[in-house]
Amino acid sequence: MNAVEASNITKRFGQTVALNDVHITVADGETHALVGRNGAGKSTLVSMLTGLNRPDSGEITFRGEPAPALSDRQAWRTKVACVYQKSTIIPTLTVAENLFINRQNLDGGAVISWSRLRRKASDVLGEYGVDVDPNVEAATLTVEQRQLVEIARALSFGAKFIILDEPTAQLDGPAIERLFERMRSLRAAGVTFLFISHHLQEIFEICQTVTVFRDARHIVTSPVADLSKDQLVEAMTGEAVGLGAVASRPAVGSESVLDIRDLALGKHFSGIDLSVRRGEVVGIAGSASSGKVELGEVIVGLRKADAGTVAVSGKSLKPGSVPAALAGGVGFVPEDRHKEGFVPGLSIAENATFPIAGRLGRFGSISGRRRDQVAARMIDELAIKTSGPDQDVADLSGGNQQKVVMARALSSEPDLLVLMDPTAGVDVKSKENLLDAVDRAAAAGAAVLVISDELDDLRPCDRVLVMFHGSVAGEFPAGWTDNELVSVIEGIGESSGE
Amino acid sequence: MSDVSTPVVAARPRLQVAKLRDLALLPAILVLLVVGFIASPIFLTSGNLLNVVQQQSELGLVVLGEALVLIVGKMDLSLESTLGFAPALAMVLVLPTSENGLGLGLPEWTALPVCLLAGVAIGAVNAFLVLRLQLSGFIITLGMLITIRGLQQGLTVGQSLSSPNMPSLYYLGNAVWFGVHASIWIFLALFVIAIAFVGYFRHGRSLYAIGGNEAAAKAAGIRTTRVAAIVLIVASVLAALAGAMMVGHYGSITANQGSGWIFNAFAAAVLGGVSLNGGKGTLFGAMCGVLMLGLVQNILTLAHVNPYWLGAINGAIIIGALVLARLTTGKAQD
Repeated sequence: MNAVEASNITKRFGQTVALNDVHITVADGETHALVGRNGAGKSTLVSMLTGLNRPDSGEITFRGEPAPALSDRQAWRTKVACVYQKSTIIPTLTVAENLFINRQNLDGGAVISWSRLRRKASDVLGEYGVDVDPNVEAATLTVEQRQLVEIARALSFGAKFIILDEPTAQLDGPAIERLFERMRSLRAAGVTFLFISHHLQEIFEICQTVTVFRDARHIVTSPVADLSKDQLVEAMTGEAVGLGAVASRPAVGSESVLDIRDLALGKHFSGIDLSVRRGEVVGIAGSASSGKVELGEVIVGLRKADAGTVAVSGKSLKPGSVPAALAGGVGFVPEDRHKEGFVPGLSIAENATFPIAGRLGRFGSISGRRRDQVAARMIDELAIKTSGPDQDVADLSGGNQQKVVMARALSSEPDLLVLMDPTAGVDVKSKENLLDAVDRAAAAGAAVLVISDELDDLRPCDRVLVMFHGSVAGEFPAGWTDNELVSVIEGIGESSGE
Repeated sequence: MSDVSTPVVAARPRLQVAKLRDLALLPAILVLLVVGFIASPIFLTSGNLLNVVQQQSELGLVVLGEALVLIVGKMDLSLESTLGFAPALAMVLVLPTSENGLGLGLPEWTALPVCLLAGVAIGAVNAFLVLRLQLSGFIITLGMLITIRGLQQGLTVGQSLSSPNMPSLYYLGNAVWFGVHASIWIFLALFVIAIAFVGYFRHGRSLYAIGGNEAAAKAAGIRTTRVAAIVLIVASVLAALAGAMMVGHYGSITANQGSGWIFNAFAAAVLGGVSLNGGKGTLFGAMCGVLMLGLVQNILTLAHVNPYWLGAINGAIIIGALVLARLTTGKAQD
């Protein structure tokens, strides 16, 4: 029996063909991966499979039965549930109410019994082993807890088929492991998953079958065991590539660009000393609670340190001031591109040239022509897929938005480049473009700090520091193995030990 | 699985803290009662306090409507014009030309239904513009505020309207039920009904769901547009009802009845903890906000504050109260 079968699905949005005669079959009880680059049509397919959108042509069946009518939400929810990238939790309501949203009266009674609702909620959470207090406001949940609540809610409707749309994009290493553990036990209990992710190693870890979409078309469906990573990447990009090919950079210079002395910030980290030299790429790894992102945010002035100094090219930066950091020769990519990265509604050119707006014209004016020249060069260098420098950043795909943020960081030709999770939620090809840009910047003499727990980001680094609970727990020169790095990130190994 | 009661028990204290936040204005009201007592011996008499509630009952209905609209994540500034326009329309349709009416000669009893229907119509127009045409609620209802006020001035040629022979429209504002003004009963009853509705009914809870995360509410099967439209209409009807109560209370409708009320309505709602971003706040809080504003007014009057300074002092006190509420709750007001 197949949990879901979609055949000959075509969907157009105006001029663009979002899905071109695609098909997918997910067998009962398997964990099926759906991969493809940004814009391959994954999200469109998900919206069809969850009944939010109707295909122009084609047929969807669940366990042999045709899909319910679009308006019959109740019927859809007993067949399929989706944990979207965008949260469907209502932050201002309690966890209990979120679990039973729009069915708070439980078995049809007119008046809501809150005590019964809370009891039922803790039953549901207990049944699926979700350790969350049902009475707290959902806004206080972590991303991980929020996803678990969404999964529990989906299961409580009786759906045995769950779509997870990039569930790991915002989780750190241990949280991803816990999610996978849970997925395995749910699978053992008969739950079918459609799993979407940009992280190929996750596919190999958790999925049995993989389907690849490219440019709105179905490319291949195959058991995971029959594919190598390179074959998978090739199916996604349509070209043979070797990921992780180490670019050759000129030797690291001798003068240090970034000097951090005894830096401390509250409970996040303390006693951090670090120097990065001209042309050197240093990675900082660690889990979400390691303090690595906070360290980056202190360096670029988004946060103010409690103690210690940050100096760039020998000059101390004023603590907690982004303008001072920019003036001091720092360029950076913030952790959350949506919050701090770009301004939706403004063009690529404007977004990419904020730090250098003062240099684009005289007396505070901005020359549109010179700005577009600069932007056009960056679009070219970073391979941003766009109709031109005037396009609204909000209209770009996630990977291209991140490239614009990178372009902004590079625009001032900084001495120090600080990148926080630079490839989060970005497809393979865009990742390659972004990492190439890092290489070029380093080759041109910038010191680069890559803060990430993405091993692909860290591999090209000259050395990697691992932070654990607010201090440096280990340092690895290039050439480390995944296992030794990960064990220190998780706090279960020694930096020097075998 | 039958006895998973431990987490619930463990969470009880936190739940009570959440409940306490709803009562955050009660200390402020207590302080005002003490201040009022010091300011004037008349203040703490049941006659005066009931007078305060009666004075606030009309604003209270507008606040109730606005709070519902804010919770569902929208905004309606036009309520203050509806307050004057709806009863004025009802009157000009009934009154002869000699009394500034249109002389259409509609029977007297139609006045109250027409007044409420005017509320329905205005709410429906707002809903169409904001929900169907997807226009910005702030600027569109500001436009409606000006348009509706203008309509009232046009219809009445800028005159006040009053008539001794319109019991249907005058009744609610000056009747006395069980020794207490009907408007007080209406004010309290509507708040109790609304509090129960948004607290204990699935459709009432959907207001919070929509205001908190509209996409998620839609995904949960809530008809978000329909619910929001109904809320906008209910708010306008509440404003029209408040207008009818004002006619009975004061005996006439001036050409600028309700002018400036929307600030007080928003202030009362926000003081009571209702978020301008939607999805947050309680109607009980909003009711406390209204009563608090009423007490402030009353105390200023009893203390014989120079009437020319009343506006400035009243405004400053409201701003101060908002600052205080922000500092005591410790959360950004949004």
